Amino acid sequence: MNNWVSMYGTDWALGSHGPICSVWIILFGPLVAAAIITLLTSKQKGLSAALSIAAILLSFALSLRLFLLFTLKGIQHIPHVIHWLTIGNSIRIDFGMITDPLALLMLLVVTGVGSAIHVYSLGYMKGDPGFSRYFACLSLFTFSMLGIVIANNFIQMFIFWELVGLSSYLLIGFWFEKPSAAEAGKKAFLVNRVGDFGMMLGILLLWSHAGTFNFVELQQRVPGLNLSVGTTALIGALIFCGAVGKSAQVPLHVWLPDAMEGPTPVSALIHAATMVAAGVYMLCRVSWLILPSAAASTLVASIGGITALMAATIAIAQNDIKRILAYSTLSQLGYMVMAVGLGGPTQAMFHLTMHAFFKALLFLSAGSVIIALHHEQDIWKMGGLWKKMPITSWTFVIAALALAGVPPLSGFYSKDEILFLAYERNHVLFVMAVAAAFLTAYYIGREVFVVFFGKPRDQHAYDHAHESPLVMTGPLLFLALLSVIGGWYSKVPDFLGPPHQAEHHSLLLKLGLIATPLLGFLVAAKVYWKPGPSDAPVKAALGNIWTWVENKYYFDELYAWIVKYIQGTIAAGCDLFDRWILQRLGIGGLSAGTGLLGKTVRLLQTGSIPGYAFLVSLGVTIIIYYMVIR
Amino acid sequence: MITLNHYLFVSGLLFALGIAGVIIRRNALVIYMALEMNLNAANLALIAFSKFNKIVDGQILVFFVIAIAAAEVAVGLAIIVALYRRKQSVSVDELKTMRL
Repeated sequence: MNNWVSMYGTDWALGSHGPICSVWIILFGPLVAAAIITLLTSKQKGLSAALSIAAILLSFALSLRLFLLFTLKGIQHIPHVIHWLTIGNSIRIDFGMITDPLALLMLLVVTGVGSAIHVYSLGYMKGDPGFSRYFACLSLFTFSMLGIVIANNFIQMFIFWELVGLSSYLLIGFWFEKPSAAEAGKKAFLVNRVGDFGMMLGILLLWSHAGTFNFVELQQRVPGLNLSVGTTALIGALIFCGAVGKSAQVPLHVWLPDAMEGPTPVSALIHAATMVAAGVYMLCRVSWLILPSAAASTLVASIGGITALMAATIAIAQNDIKRILAYSTLSQLGYMVMAVGLGGPTQAMFHLTMHAFFKALLFLSAGSVIIALHHEQDIWKMGGLWKKMPITSWTFVIAALALAGVPPLSGFYSKDEILFLAYERNHVLFVMAVAAAFLTAYYIGREVFVVFFGKPRDQHAYDHAHESPLVMTGPLLFLALLSVIGGWYSKVPDFLGPPHQAEHHSLLLKLGLIATPLLGFLVAAKVYWKPGPSDAPVKAALGNIWTWVENKYYFDELYAWIVKYIQGTIAAGCDLFDRWILQRLGIGGLSAGTGLLGKTVRLLQTGSIPGYAFLVSLGVTIIIYYMVIR
Repeated sequence: MITLNHYLFVSGLLFALGIAGVIIRRNALVIYMALEMNLNAANLALIAFSKFNKIVDGQILVFFVIAIAAAEVAVGLAIIVALYRRKQSVSVDELKTMRL
């Protein structure tokens, strides 16, 4: 009770409980908004949107205040825990918070980018019949995501982790009357469950050794446990499974491109900037668990590197404006995961932050294009839009340059940090990462040239295209500003931990890393910067490889095959067992036996009174025989 | 010398005759008489025990049995009369409706 009084009763300006109660408001504000929208205001669309936006803006303001309090005045983390439940003597689960620099930065990213996207949604979702439902889901998502960020123990994090999966499902399938959207939502949820199951096993295994779920206690206890090499690797790998699912790493990456069926702001918020970054955030939160194990960290780094390169190759052959960005997101997430695996959670978080800015911007600009062209998403039906939509075009270009890592934009700083790290630790991954960086510049260059420059390919759509209203361009400009200057605040990496040891890399390496994206753009320009560009020259040059990347390496087909034949066979076996052993033999046998017994015993009911008298005497005689004589 | 066993033997014989009567005969009235024989076989055993063990309890119990047998006959004969009115017969072969 005392907690609640102190939360709401005292000052939340600068008092001793100030930062704490702000965190609870940051977390629960969006939930309250979601509840009110669902229960009360679903008919008043304007009010619903206002509530949702007000909630996230409040969260943003409070997060910013916490961040500034920490950076400027050094006000430290005050742990605040509500005891939630105890099971037996050993399992204690809290509902607590953690407000270390890592969480503060993530809070800022989620609420900051989230605010821009909430406002943008006002314009994008205008006139949609499910307007209120959309904002309720968005607020629910914000709540769940913030829950992951401030969770101070694994169980709490896992609960919010699943809540995030739920809100993602709701938002991907937002236009559920469209079968593809409903299917995509289901796919995302199921694929995520595969990863989450591994994570749950990891959490339980860790608990069975350490006896606590709390991050701080675990960090203190785990080094003293002397776990065997195998156990440590297994725990690390299992927990990494959660990140593989949520952050869409190979081999569970298949859900993310399909998730683009959701509204574009949702893609920007959930499937680019925040939720998919939750996996990386979780890895950073428990990096002390993974890094001591060489096997686990190599696994993490390799999966990240493979994802980065593979997704980048797929992206060069996609034709959907959002799907290219989706594969780009996969690739960038691969970078972050690789950075964690190589022992650089700081670099991973730095890139996560920058990526949130420019990738959200890319998606929002793409959304602006999609709205202008009345839900056309094929890039080969666009072209020359820069004349009609200057703000959208230029913000997209800025974000594209930032994504490719052109100095001095944000992506340059964060991506180079990761590349330097890879150069120091693992040369194979370094080469893969550089190749991915080249491809990144190439595919995003392709998208820019085809969509915004050249001649319009669909004259009718082009004539009707127009720049989006201020409510959409405003967030674009805000995010463009962040994409440009985000990396200049070089304290962001330092803020998270001990200052990065700036090793002196050779000038050649630095120049090479700057030249890589430029080279990518040059190649893209050579192919697509001309009247009537097409994929034909690249297709001819790559031959069979093109078929493979165009079909995403046949992952979906492979999984469909596995589900159809392997899982299908097992399911058929279970069905047979259920149908014949359990149903026919077990339940059917029991009922048939009872029936048979009944029919037999019924023969005694003759209705003949002397017969009954005989049986009674016989029975009594037998009883007496057994009782008296034996 | 007549011992307890002699009494009990007669009692058992009487009881067996009663049971046999109940099972074999078809006339409800005769079955009734056979049943009375069963009760009196039990009474004989009780009195024999009472006499040889010098405890009066058995004789008291016999009075109860006689009283209850009288009541039972009243009810039973009423049932048989009712039965006769319905079926125009007192043969138990007519009473086969008590089955599934």
